[in-house]
Amino acid sequence: MTNTASQLEQDVDAVTASTGRKRRGAPDDDTRRTNWWATALIAVCSLTVLIPLYLAVVVALKTPDQLTQGTGFELPNPIRWENFADAWVRTSFPQALLNTAIITVDSVVFTLLTSSIVAYALARNIHRPFFKGVFFYLLAALFIPFPIIMLPLVKQTSILGLDNQAGMIILYTIYGLSLNIFIYTAYIRSIPIELEEAARVDGASTWRIFWSVIFPLLMPMNATVGIITCVWAWNDFIMPLVVLTEPSARTLSLAQYVFQGQFNTDYTVAFASYLMAMAPLLIVYIFSQRWVISGVTRGSIK
Amino acid sequence: MATLTEAVRSTPAGSARKRATRTRTDSSRASATYYWMVWPAVIAFAAFHTLPVVVGIFFSFTNYAGYGAWNFVGLSNYLNLFRDDRVLQAYGFSFLFAIVATILTNAYSLAIALGLNAKIKARNFWRGVYFVPYILAILVIGYVFQFFFSNSLPKILSGIPLFRDNILTNETWAWTAIVALAVWQACAFAIIIYLSGLQTIPAELYEASSLDGASPWRQFRSITFPLIGAFFTINVVLSLKGFLQVFDPIVALTNGGPGTSTESVTLLIFRGGFSGGEFAYQTANAVVFFIVITIVSLFQFRVLQRREADF
Repeated sequence: MTNTASQLEQDVDAVTASTGRKRRGAPDDDTRRTNWWATALIAVCSLTVLIPLYLAVVVALKTPDQLTQGTGFELPNPIRWENFADAWVRTSFPQALLNTAIITVDSVVFTLLTSSIVAYALARNIHRPFFKGVFFYLLAALFIPFPIIMLPLVKQTSILGLDNQAGMIILYTIYGLSLNIFIYTAYIRSIPIELEEAARVDGASTWRIFWSVIFPLLMPMNATVGIITCVWAWNDFIMPLVVLTEPSARTLSLAQYVFQGQFNTDYTVAFASYLMAMAPLLIVYIFSQRWVISGVTRGSIK
Repeated sequence: MATLTEAVRSTPAGSARKRATRTRTDSSRASATYYWMVWPAVIAFAAFHTLPVVVGIFFSFTNYAGYGAWNFVGLSNYLNLFRDDRVLQAYGFSFLFAIVATILTNAYSLAIALGLNAKIKARNFWRGVYFVPYILAILVIGYVFQFFFSNSLPKILSGIPLFRDNILTNETWAWTAIVALAVWQACAFAIIIYLSGLQTIPAELYEASSLDGASPWRQFRSITFPLIGAFFTINVVLSLKGFLQVFDPIVALTNGGPGTSTESVTLLIFRGGFSGGEFAYQTANAVVFFIVITIVSLFQFRVLQRREADF
C-alpha cells in the first residue's frame, strides 16, 4: 500500500502544478514541423473506431431486403426511418431512457455529495488510526471482483425490496466510494489547511467549512468523479441484469437485450434501437469532448 | 483545446517534487463532526458490500442451491472446483483471453498515443475520436460487432474459409472476435493514460539525444519507454484485471458458445449461480477467482515496478 500512498502524493503534486506554474512549451507554440506520416497513420487507424459507428448508422436506415442483399456497408436507398419508430415501441424506449436517466443522474448527484464528504473527513484526519483504517478498508474493496458479491447481493436486494431503481442508485453510490475516495483524498490534501483555519477563526462549523470552502474548491475532481460515475451508471449491464426484476424498471442497456435470442432477422430495427441507446451519451460527449477527456485524465491516472 | 492539453500535460506527477505538506493537527481526537461524516458511509458500505462478501464466503462452505434447505459441506466445493472440467476450461479461456487482450491493448494504445503525441494535424480532433469507445456501452456496440462478424465479414472475405463460415460459430477461433471487441473498447482509456505519460517527458531529452545522433527507435527504447514506466505498469495491471473478469463482450458476441468454448469465469459464475442451481458452488468459485486476481495483480506490480526507471 505504500506504493498507492506515494501515488496519491504525486497526484496531489500534479494537481497543484496544474495551475500553470511551468509551461514546457504548450503544443500550440510547438515549432516542430507537422509530421504527415504520423497524421496519416492516426487517420487510418481511427477508421477502426469510425467504421463500427458508420455500420450502425447505415444498417439502422435500411430495409431488411437491402440488408440481406449486401454486406451492410452500402448506403441505404431508400432510407427507412420507420426502424426508429419500431425500435421506439419494441424497447419501450421512453420508459427505458427515463429509467436510465433517473438512475444515472441520481447516482451522480449522490456520489458527488457523499464521496466528497467522506473523503474530506478522511483526508483531514488520515493520521488518526480510525480514519486511516476506514481509508484502507474502502480501498481494499477495489480488489474484490463483482462476481463474488453478485449472488448474495441479489438475495439481499430482493429481501430489502431494493430490486428497483432506488436500489441501483444506492448501489452505484456505495460501490463508487472506493475509487472516488482515492481520487478525492489526494486532491483535498493539496488544499491548504490555512483556508479552513481562517474560516474556523471566523466561527464556521466543520460542515459550514466543507460547504463554503472545500466543496467549491473540489470542482475539478467533481468533474472527474461525475464523468466516471455517469459513464459507468449509464452503460452498466451486469448490475441491472442481476438486480432489477421488474421489466418496467429496465435500463437502456438491458432493453437492447430483447433483440438477442429471438428470430434474429430484424437487424435493422435492432440497430435503430442500438443507435438510440448510444446517442444520448454520444451527443453529450461531442459537445463536451475536451472537458470530458481532461476530466477523466485528471482523476484516473492514479 | 488548450485545457485538454494543459490538463493532460500537467496531471501525471511533477515527478520528483517533494511530498505535499501534510496536515498535522495536534489534538488527539477529531471533532465529532468528522465521525458523523464517515460513519454513515462505513455502515452503508459494510451493509451492501462487505456483508454480501461475508455471506458469500459463508455459503461457499455449504451446498445451498439458491433456494431450499442447505447443509455444511466443508471444503468440498473448493475441492470439486479443481476436478471440474468446465471450471478449468473457463479459467483457461479467461487467462488466454486476458493475456492476449492485455498485450494487444497496450501495444496498440502505446503506438496510437505516440502518434497522437507527435506533431500532427488536428491533433485534438483525433484525440476526441479515439476516446469515443470509452463512452459507448460495450454491450450495445458489441451487437454491432456481432453483425459485422456474422453477416458482413463472411460476404466481404468470402474467399477465406475461416471468415466465410462466421468466425463466431468456430469453436477454435471465436475467442479472437471477443478479443477484437474488448481491445477496441479498452484502448480508449489506455491511450489517454499513455498520452498523459508521454507529456511528462521533457522535450529537451529528445533534442539532446538527436544531437547525439540517436535514431527514433533508440529514442523510444532509451528515453520514452523507461520514462513512462509507471503508466505502463498501471495500464497493464488494470487491463489484465479487467480482462480477466470479461463479461459484456461475451454476452454480446457468443454468449459463451459455441458449446462452452468462450465461457469466462464471470459468465460461468453468473450462469451456474443463477440458473444452474449452483449458488454455493459458484460462490466458492468466485472466492477462488478473487484470490487468483489479487495474486496476479500484486505479482504484476512487483515485477513491473522493479523494472521501472528511477528518476
